[in-house]
Amino acid sequence: MSALTFTLKQRLDQRVDMSPLVCQKLADLELAEIAAITLQNGKRKIRVDEIFSIAGTDAQNIVIKNSFGKLDFIGKELEGGRITVEGDAGAYLGLGMKSGAIEVSGDVGLYAACEMKKGELVINGNAGDFLGAALPGNKMGMKGGTILVKGNVGERAGDHMRRGNILIEGNAGDYCGSRMTAGTIAVMGQTGRYLGFAMRRGTLLLWNQPQASARFNDCGAHTLAFLPILFASFKKLDSKFADNSAAFNRVQRYAGDMSEMGRGEVLVKIS
Amino acid sequence: MIINGVAIDATFAEAFPMKATRAIITAQNEKWAMISAQAMTGFATSVIACGCEAGIERVLDPSETPDGRPGVSIMIFAMGGKGLAKQLETRAGQCVLTSPTSALFAGIDGGTRIALGKNLRYFGDGFQVSKLIDGKRYWRIPVMDGEFLTEATTGQVDAIGGGNFLVLAESQPQALAACEAAIEEMRKIPNVIMPFPGGVVRSGSKVGSKYAALGASTNDAFCPTLKGMTKTDLSLEIESVMEIVIDGLTKEDIDKAMRVGIQAVCDLGASNGIKRISAGNYGGKLGPFHFHLQEIMA
Repeated sequence: MSALTFTLKQRLDQRVDMSPLVCQKLADLELAEIAAITLQNGKRKIRVDEIFSIAGTDAQNIVIKNSFGKLDFIGKELEGGRITVEGDAGAYLGLGMKSGAIEVSGDVGLYAACEMKKGELVINGNAGDFLGAALPGNKMGMKGGTILVKGNVGERAGDHMRRGNILIEGNAGDYCGSRMTAGTIAVMGQTGRYLGFAMRRGTLLLWNQPQASARFNDCGAHTLAFLPILFASFKKLDSKFADNSAAFNRVQRYAGDMSEMGRGEVLVKIS
Repeated sequence: MIINGVAIDATFAEAFPMKATRAIITAQNEKWAMISAQAMTGFATSVIACGCEAGIERVLDPSETPDGRPGVSIMIFAMGGKGLAKQLETRAGQCVLTSPTSALFAGIDGGTRIALGKNLRYFGDGFQVSKLIDGKRYWRIPVMDGEFLTEATTGQVDAIGGGNFLVLAESQPQALAACEAAIEEMRKIPNVIMPFPGGVVRSGSKVGSKYAALGASTNDAFCPTLKGMTKTDLSLEIESVMEIVIDGLTKEDIDKAMRVGIQAVCDLGASNGIKRISAGNYGGKLGPFHFHLQEIMA
């Protein structure tokens, strides 16, 4: 069976809610039924076939071609299957995703993998603010799974994050790991200001020394046994994180945020 | 049946169902992994008084361990799941948590999950850190030499305890040499342990005793000094009998261990004073698993 492919005919002025086009909702539908699904586009509703050419039959393997930054909610609450986005994606990519895999070849907008529960999300470009965070007003961000970003991420990555891994090959913006409850964020590039602001628990694993902060206390240099196991779990990824040269177990440990409960940690690679 | 002059009795070893688990102990080097493993499997020869039967399964190469350090695989057997969980937790807490540079991992991925380091985390007094990696939960417990890393749970599976065979020899040194040869070969078999000291037991028991308080007593039929005093099972030339007890995950594992063990004994043969191989049973009434010696060696 060939992948169920949605090819965007033209870029729309208004944003499109793509949440109906997830694997589990399309599983038993004929192409004609899929074509007749309506999507919210700004303040009006449009049929899927008005904006997409549809081909293929395998709803467990969805491909969105010619995608651009106004296609929001791609893979919302995805439960199994795979979505491949060729191009950019809008906001709320993989919102509340429960399982399965999403890969985007370009950049993604705000709140990608927001409140994600499980599965794997790969972003080959950059991600916007609030990656893996909680929706505004909610207290629990990402609860599981793995996010891999090969580019840079915006501000507040992992805000209120509770479990899972966010792996960033590039740089992270300000407030990375803010209000984290648990989980791991690894950043190979540089980090911005207010790293781990109000984090309670969790791990920020860094390749480069962050800006000094009075809210984190130095616990000294250590060899930590869990790091080889963590790096071994990255081996299956197509990423710099899977390289043997990326792995290390010797780190400088900083505990914080001391203005919060202070059980979080920033681990900085010792070269 | 006679192999190299050694008579194989037409009898069987009688074994019974147990619950088992496996854990992997790693450390900075093999020496310290082994020290920790020896401590964890100490005083665990028989469920009769130890609460469990435990032993070292094998030494693990760094490439085989979760954290890439030298390690040792240990197995613990008990009569029930509750007792097994209690023994595992107590031993892990007192013998591995305390052992310098050690880390502790699950050795069985499936089965019923029982606590390995799940409750040891409270030793961390709130400073412990949990990590969920590839679906497995680990606890990082701060200790004075750094961090004690332990997997939260390991698997408990159905197993078999009490596989055995007896080595009957013309002298004590010859019986011991034969058992040593057997144990060396049996330790190469996975999924089994020989829980007695050095893998060998010299005080085989029978069910019951003349003393009401005791459930088991010396196996007088196989005690060479009693040949003229009791209904003996020994011929005049037998001066020493030693037993090897095997606990294993499956009947096939125990079969295999018994086969290589008995073969090693028979390889020494009658010329080295080995006269017979027999086995301990209770008439087939106690355990549902019967290991017939002649079938195993056929």
